[in-house]
Amino acid sequence: MTRLLDVENLTLQFDTDEGRITAVDDVSFTLEAGEVMGLVGESGSGKSVTAKSIMKLNPSNAVYGDDTKVTLHLDDGPVDIMALQGSKELKVVRGGAISLIFQEPMASFAPAITIGDQMVEQLLIHMDMNAKRAKEVSIEMLDRVGISDASTRFKQYAFELSGGMRQRAMIAMALSTKPKLLIADEPTTALDVTIQAQVIDLMKDLVKDFGMGIIFITHDLGVIAQTADKVAVMYLGRLIEQGPVRDVIRNPSHPYTQGLIAALPSLDDLDTPLTPIPGDIPSPLERPAGCVFNTRCSANLGEVCHTNIPQFSAVTEGHNVACHLYNREGAK
Amino acid sequence: MSNDVLIKARDLSVHYPLAGGGLFGPKPVVKAVEGVNLDIAKGSFFGLVGESGSGKTTLGRACLKAAPITRGTVDYDDGEVSYELTTMEKAQEKDYRKRSQLIFQDPYAALSPRMTVRDIIAEPLEVMGLTSSRKETDERVREIAAKCRLNLEHLRRFPHAFSGGQRQRISIARALVSRPHFVVADESVAALDVSIQADVLNLLKEIQQEMGLTFLFISHDLSVVAHVCDHVAVMYLGRLVETAPTRELFFAPRHPYTKALLSAIPSLDPDDQGTAQKLEGEIPSPTNPPPGCKFQTRCPFAIDHCRQVEPKLEHSSSGHEVACHRWKELM
Repeated sequence: MTRLLDVENLTLQFDTDEGRITAVDDVSFTLEAGEVMGLVGESGSGKSVTAKSIMKLNPSNAVYGDDTKVTLHLDDGPVDIMALQGSKELKVVRGGAISLIFQEPMASFAPAITIGDQMVEQLLIHMDMNAKRAKEVSIEMLDRVGISDASTRFKQYAFELSGGMRQRAMIAMALSTKPKLLIADEPTTALDVTIQAQVIDLMKDLVKDFGMGIIFITHDLGVIAQTADKVAVMYLGRLIEQGPVRDVIRNPSHPYTQGLIAALPSLDDLDTPLTPIPGDIPSPLERPAGCVFNTRCSANLGEVCHTNIPQFSAVTEGHNVACHLYNREGAK
Repeated sequence: MSNDVLIKARDLSVHYPLAGGGLFGPKPVVKAVEGVNLDIAKGSFFGLVGESGSGKTTLGRACLKAAPITRGTVDYDDGEVSYELTTMEKAQEKDYRKRSQLIFQDPYAALSPRMTVRDIIAEPLEVMGLTSSRKETDERVREIAAKCRLNLEHLRRFPHAFSGGQRQRISIARALVSRPHFVVADESVAALDVSIQADVLNLLKEIQQEMGLTFLFISHDLSVVAHVCDHVAVMYLGRLVETAPTRELFFAPRHPYTKALLSAIPSLDPDDQGTAQKLEGEIPSPTNPPPGCKFQTRCPFAIDHCRQVEPKLEHSSSGHEVACHRWKELM
């Protein structure tokens, strides 16, 4: 495996009328080529802005931390993404080496331009191709993602396609520039479960064929279990647990991850009542001191959780958790 | 027997006219709901599942007389009164509005940002003239707010101050303040995070048992339905394809569509890659449904007979009905 991405100490704040809001707080992770990382968390946990930071796609009121470092390893050397300025320099990562798929495929296509023209446009910008070749590549890609009659679809508009078809077209478009890294932000959330299963299978095939790294953002742990190699769990802007998918799902160690899994309605056991995590996720304006989860945690240890930010400790090889429970007893 | 059934729909159809169409010949219509027979038992938590475009929302609204019923009948009988929804008079309709309520999907869109939580919850009481004094209104509001785990402090605030889960609890309080008998909950937890979703589901279930309500719970999420409902109906392209007690449906599904839906739920076990068949294609457009069985275009077991004749719901076991020509062979 070769290293594709290093995210070190990513901190991101937004200047708003109500003050400076911390959206991402000291997040670090790595991704290898050909690896799928699931980024899980509830709404407001900062998973989308974390992913967008990798392309510096956040709005102009975003303030990155001083020691934030994001490095993308390309064939011709590493790129320090935080140092890139202006849309010209950022072209390398935006749509070039990194592609992004959004949740709502209807909102991601321009409604008055054909699917084909949008696919060709980005190929002309990012790849060394003429218009004829770009059209061929686009139709090939549409065909590859399982859209039948691709040359007709090429000439259609987004509204003429069904939801699943649109998401396939979106994937085709994102992959046609042969990105090294694909960021998929809730790509199946708006889809019906039978279509979701199709799209998940498609993405798995594509990883095998193209060998790119994927950051898969979702709130659905079932989708993660079926697609990802490793998982990172976020809560209120902090990474609280990460590790190989089997370890994290079978042996969740952070009380929040445990709570998330327990709250899922499972089909195997219909008798046990559902166990919610008590309370609500706090507003980012009122981030708790110490461990961000202390307001809802059932294993709260008292003072230490309210004053000290827990550091990562290893549960098993590669499986890390940021919780004071493990700093005391389980730390190795 | 009729005493136990709160909502009885027979041959219920809702068709919406489409724009355009020829000068001669019939106007084109979308058959959002077509020939549905449905019995919702009093005091039950009845689940209605299906993919988008299957007509589940329209069916729910037809039961509330909030969608135009093209054909068929819906009978409502709560023991105190009984109405026939398609022929009821204005005064009866007014009364039916008190007896039936709807909880919406999106708690961010359903609450007016300019009203305090107290006013939001009190509005149905005032509009329907259910209380005679402000004091009585306040009492009713406080009583239902407590049931929905909202405290007095919350009542003075505006909705923007609340999180998604709290807002959904406000929506629930508003729907229940008029003490309805029948509540349609349309995707009421779909917009919530899992940790909060469990809380709202538990609350709904608790209140249903405490107040003896009948719920029609519409959802696309089968695992949620499995946990709260005691009877489930599966819809596809405006038709009911299978209806059964929850356990039956999940452990002994009969219709190929139900089986496919169940197998499409992503498993939490990374090594369980799902061996069951996956569905090809997508739900056809309701403006142009296929002939015969509506599921034949995606069904791996479709034969010629399925392409010509539409199956009717058949009795399979107690309370379990399935609309498939081949369900016996496929068992």
